[in-house]
Amino acid sequence: MTDMVPGEEPAVDPPADNGEDPSNGPNGNEPSAMYKRITGIGTSAAEAAVVPILAVVTALIVGAFIIAVTDVDTLPLWGSDPAEALRLTMSGVSDAYRALFVGSVGSFKAISETLFAATPLILAGLAVAVGFQAGLFNIGVNGQMHIGGLAGLWVGFTFAIPAVFHIPLVLAAAMVGGAIWAGIAGVLKARTGAHEVISTIMLNFIALFLVDYLLTTSVFQAPGRNDPISKPTGVTSIFSPLFGSYRVSIGFIIALVAVAVVYWLMYRTTIGYEFRAVGYNPSAGRYAGMNVAWIYISAMAVSGALAGIAGVNQIVGVEPYRAISNFAGTFGFDAIALALLGRSHPVGVLFAGLLFGALRAGGREMQGAAGVPLDLVLVLQALIIVMIAAPELIRAIYRIKTPTKDITTVTSTGWGS
Amino acid sequence: MTAVADSNEMVIKTRATPEEKRATFIGLVLIALAAFTLWAFGLGVEPGSESTFKLSLPQARFEDLSWTVDSRTVALITALVLGFLGGFVLRRSHLKRTNLALSAGLVLFSFAFLTWAAVDGSFSLVGMLKSTVVLSVPVILGGLAGLMCERVAVINIAIEGQLLTSAFVGVIVGSSAGIWVALIAAMATGAILGAVLAVLSIKYRIDQIIAGVVINIFALGLTSFLSRRVLTEAPGLNSPGRFSSIKIPLLGDIPVIGPMFFDHSMFVYITFILVIMLHLGLFYTRWGLRSRSVGEHPKAADTVGINVYRTRYRNVILGGVIAGFGGAFLTLAQVSRFEDNMTAGIGYIGLAALIFGRWRPLGVLGAGLVFGFARALQQKLGILGTPIPSEFLSMTPYIVTLIVVAGVVGRARPPAADGQPYIKD
Repeated sequence: MTDMVPGEEPAVDPPADNGEDPSNGPNGNEPSAMYKRITGIGTSAAEAAVVPILAVVTALIVGAFIIAVTDVDTLPLWGSDPAEALRLTMSGVSDAYRALFVGSVGSFKAISETLFAATPLILAGLAVAVGFQAGLFNIGVNGQMHIGGLAGLWVGFTFAIPAVFHIPLVLAAAMVGGAIWAGIAGVLKARTGAHEVISTIMLNFIALFLVDYLLTTSVFQAPGRNDPISKPTGVTSIFSPLFGSYRVSIGFIIALVAVAVVYWLMYRTTIGYEFRAVGYNPSAGRYAGMNVAWIYISAMAVSGALAGIAGVNQIVGVEPYRAISNFAGTFGFDAIALALLGRSHPVGVLFAGLLFGALRAGGREMQGAAGVPLDLVLVLQALIIVMIAAPELIRAIYRIKTPTKDITTVTSTGWGS
Repeated sequence: MTAVADSNEMVIKTRATPEEKRATFIGLVLIALAAFTLWAFGLGVEPGSESTFKLSLPQARFEDLSWTVDSRTVALITALVLGFLGGFVLRRSHLKRTNLALSAGLVLFSFAFLTWAAVDGSFSLVGMLKSTVVLSVPVILGGLAGLMCERVAVINIAIEGQLLTSAFVGVIVGSSAGIWVALIAAMATGAILGAVLAVLSIKYRIDQIIAGVVINIFALGLTSFLSRRVLTEAPGLNSPGRFSSIKIPLLGDIPVIGPMFFDHSMFVYITFILVIMLHLGLFYTRWGLRSRSVGEHPKAADTVGINVYRTRYRNVILGGVIAGFGGAFLTLAQVSRFEDNMTAGIGYIGLAALIFGRWRPLGVLGAGLVFGFARALQQKLGILGTPIPSEFLSMTPYIVTLIVVAGVVGRARPPAADGQPYIKD
């Protein structure tokens, strides 16, 4: 990721060698190993699949351990009656994971809950994935969801037109809102070299407080309320449930369409090719005549537009169809985990989203039935990301031989000025 | 738009240099502030109304000190000075003084703002300044934790997670083994998370931003999980004692300055000492020179015999210790209980302070105080009932940082090798 600092000479490619030298950094002919690791480029299909699967399995095992050692009631028993303690712990862990399984795929309702939970995850994950493919680290999905979601909500309660027109209009507004918010970071990076990680983190907080403020203005605030809570969106703008009382909604169909569109955009269009080319190697992209600044801005905008849809889904796709303070929650971070797990490929993100959706839906059941707090899911996610980002950990745990040498040479990027 | 076009502009030199453009921009901002002050704080106030600032806290040795000013006069004078500063900057004759003029202008503007907020009433200026210092402590400590890492070229996004986890450990240990043990445990927790960041980014060479994000998610998940699973089951574990304030004799009795700086828990004093020590250490000792060289040009440092990996490990772990100290401050001095996600972005404000303070300890101190002031002001304005929404004050640190990274107010330049793993040949 070479940045566009005004007054700096454009980076020139070092003399081309045979292209096999793994030590080439982001200015060489090879992309950084982290880029490979994130996108899965250059790794064999088997490895691309084995590492995520082992990561998930390992995370679940560690999760079981965490459940065991935090079982306050059983802990004192280990001193007096270890056999009984072991039995109780084992049954506690198996209850928790049974609830996780039953709550995610055990019934039609559970599957609906999984798909319902997966909807915003898939959309937000796609947002981060598009950024990764273009070599941009969009930590700002959270802020883009807030701004996009609120823009969509405004269209939602302002107009009363048939749903066939209203829902596309809501989506468009959300996409524009998210795209503008992400575009700020894109423009700052392209024009001034400000690193997108810092600017998107700052924009997240600005959006959070801006939404808090807007929710207390008369435009958004529900009549008769003093706290930051919005009016409900219009009936015609609601992402209505697909199967009666089950919660999975049109939003999931929209997410599937988004997966297809992102696939088409990234792999079947010129701009998608340019995104990937610049992500793979910005210097080469520039050398080939691509306008890297413009690609950074547009990739951020596409990413933000997807985040905007995820944001509006959390308002018009979830009862009671209104916005509250911090409605995007931790989706911004979940999205990073998803994009890494899905190797930044739209289909990978879809499966990762379904998996995390299952964890969420099952986690709720686990919380209710087995008394294990839902926050365990966050811990599992963190463990999964770290093992995806550092496959050496997986190899060390499972004693897999290192297939390629280049995996240890990672050239990360700095703040970029 | 492209780099090529920009560099051509530089060569031709027919346009203003970036410094001159900046001066024009800042000059216009100052004049706009002057106009705003005149309109809102001056003309918007009834003539003859007065604002009273309380300069002492209840039960202080010199009680009931206060200072009453004519609200309109203050605003008019401020507007005049701001206009003068704007004109001075716009002349572009002393480009190096631009930032000084801007800071002076902003201080004056804040004063005029406070005068306006306290119109026909009284405002505890010393109370706000005292809470400015208290609220800036975790921000400064977070910034220093980041500084330790980034000066040796390891990006630390994980400050938030380090603060949160050590705050949590502080509560648990403090409730069961006393506050001093808790302080040590919290610092050890910070060190462990620092070591995790160091191993991930130095040994495994994970992208440091991903490593930081992972630690933050992990910290948030684990502390919320444990807090629900353990603290709700055993509420006794959520009430550690508190480090009480130590009033420094004589100095603590000075009006305004005394309560502001010399009547705090030991965390505040140690934070200020730490800033000075890091400043001296970084710029005047062998350790500092070595650390900086590892951050700027690790290969050159390696060539002259500095162990790059060892320096990085040591400093990143020490950074974790500082963050752990900051986490302990949150639950052992500021409040004495743990709540889910209680840091609520303080770690990121620390990161912002690091950038705003341009990777220097004294800069972090200044930035931390500015951000602490914004947070203190936000709390007080809620009490005064001014029409300014508190959300906009909450945004201040983030907007300021965005402006700084965009290079509008001076260019923030990180250590040259920041974020790049070092591979020894």
